[in-house]
Amino acid sequence: MSALLHPIVNVALLTMLVLLALGIALRRDLFSAAIYAGAFSMTMATLFLLLDAPDVAFTEAAIGASLTLILFLAAMTRAMGSEKIAAPRRLMPILVSLLTGAFILYGAQDLPPHASPAAPIHLHVAPDYLARTQEEFGFPNVVTAILASYRGFDTLGEVYVIFTAGVAILALLGGAGTAGARRRKP
Amino acid sequence: MTPRHLVLRAVAVLLAPAILLFALYVQFHADYSPGGGFQAGVVFAASLILHALIFGAGAARNLIAMEHLRRAMAAGVLLYGLTGAAGMTLGGVFLDYAPLAQSAQAGRHVGVFLVELGVGITVAATIVAIFRAFSEHRQDIGQEDW
Amino acid sequence: MDNALQILTEDYNAIIATFLMMIGLYIVMSRAHLIKKILGLNLFQNAVFLFYISAGKVGGGTAPILTGEAGAIYSNPLPHVLILTAIVVGVATMGLGLAIVLRIHEAYGTIEEDEIAQADIADDTRDEDRE
Repeated sequence: MSALLHPIVNVALLTMLVLLALGIALRRDLFSAAIYAGAFSMTMATLFLLLDAPDVAFTEAAIGASLTLILFLAAMTRAMGSEKIAAPRRLMPILVSLLTGAFILYGAQDLPPHASPAAPIHLHVAPDYLARTQEEFGFPNVVTAILASYRGFDTLGEVYVIFTAGVAILALLGGAGTAGARRRKP
Repeated sequence: MTPRHLVLRAVAVLLAPAILLFALYVQFHADYSPGGGFQAGVVFAASLILHALIFGAGAARNLIAMEHLRRAMAAGVLLYGLTGAAGMTLGGVFLDYAPLAQSAQAGRHVGVFLVELGVGITVAATIVAIFRAFSEHRQDIGQEDW
Repeated sequence: MDNALQILTEDYNAIIATFLMMIGLYIVMSRAHLIKKILGLNLFQNAVFLFYISAGKVGGGTAPILTGEAGAIYSNPLPHVLILTAIVVGVATMGLGLAIVLRIHEAYGTIEEDEIAQADIADDTRDEDRE
């Protein structure tokens, strides 16, 4: 991709994200809000691809644009699908979120410029991973090497979290199967 | 009786196997191209969910029972943990895959393969199980509540 | 003009991530509907993902899959790993949140926060009357 086109597409996609986020915030019926959220995730996946993260783009496209949407729709058909029109609280949330945003932007002034190779994040462990992967693993995908090996403990913990969340959902919604029910019968 | 949603059914019959195949490619080709257990798991789950959405909950139950899903959820985590423990018993430390094969490089390759497989199994089974729990949870609301 | 261009190329990602975060926070605080709140949380989470992945970008770089060419520039793979797992964990925990919302709906008949609070207060006063 040419050096000129990259920032233009970047800015366009980011602006689109803001518009879709406003759509999520402003729509009153949750069905449209959820569809906006799906479009938001799809745009986000495109942006991830632009930012050199195909692995993440993949996951976001499969999760955000389909599974999240399906779960929201499933929840909505079983609970109330639209908000009440009256919104009692307006001013305070706007003030608090503006204040939070101002603080974050104030702190963000010290961030290195976007895509700068001299940013501190690129100077510590990452070059080490990039240099060692080919020799130590014999395959070129550094993301897989870090995920499964260099940061294996981290990933093991994440898999535990997914497993636990799944068990908790099955316990809450009664998908835990009929084995227990059968045993409880006299 | 003619089945409803004929177009959707025809498309799903074509698409679901292709998505499954793609998930397997993403899973087992993760070391050379973008991919891995997490991505393959969600893509795999997406194809099963597509099947369930179009052919209904009964067909989905026939395809894979909830019991098997629950077993698969636990089996993936176990595979991950046991791969880590195997390195430990063979003389390394926990989650060190180097002792798993003749050379350290081949051992790490095997370890990464097994760990990614474990992740893929758990993620796919958990996501399908979550979807199944939501879709089979019956407490429907009336049309006017929408 | 130069200044505006600099903001667009150098700081835009961080600014937009902050802005998305603010919108998510606003939804969570201002809306009483629990599913809408979870949608807001989802937005907030996506803003964090965007911030991480933007930080991992290296100008002129390519995806962190080694090509074997000398002098090739790769983007930072570490944020990719963290966010990749966070997305999947995020959908699992979000499913848990929605499951809790469904159970609340069954128990209270509503998922508007203020109505739930009213039902709780009514419950408490009834208990006190009984005593």
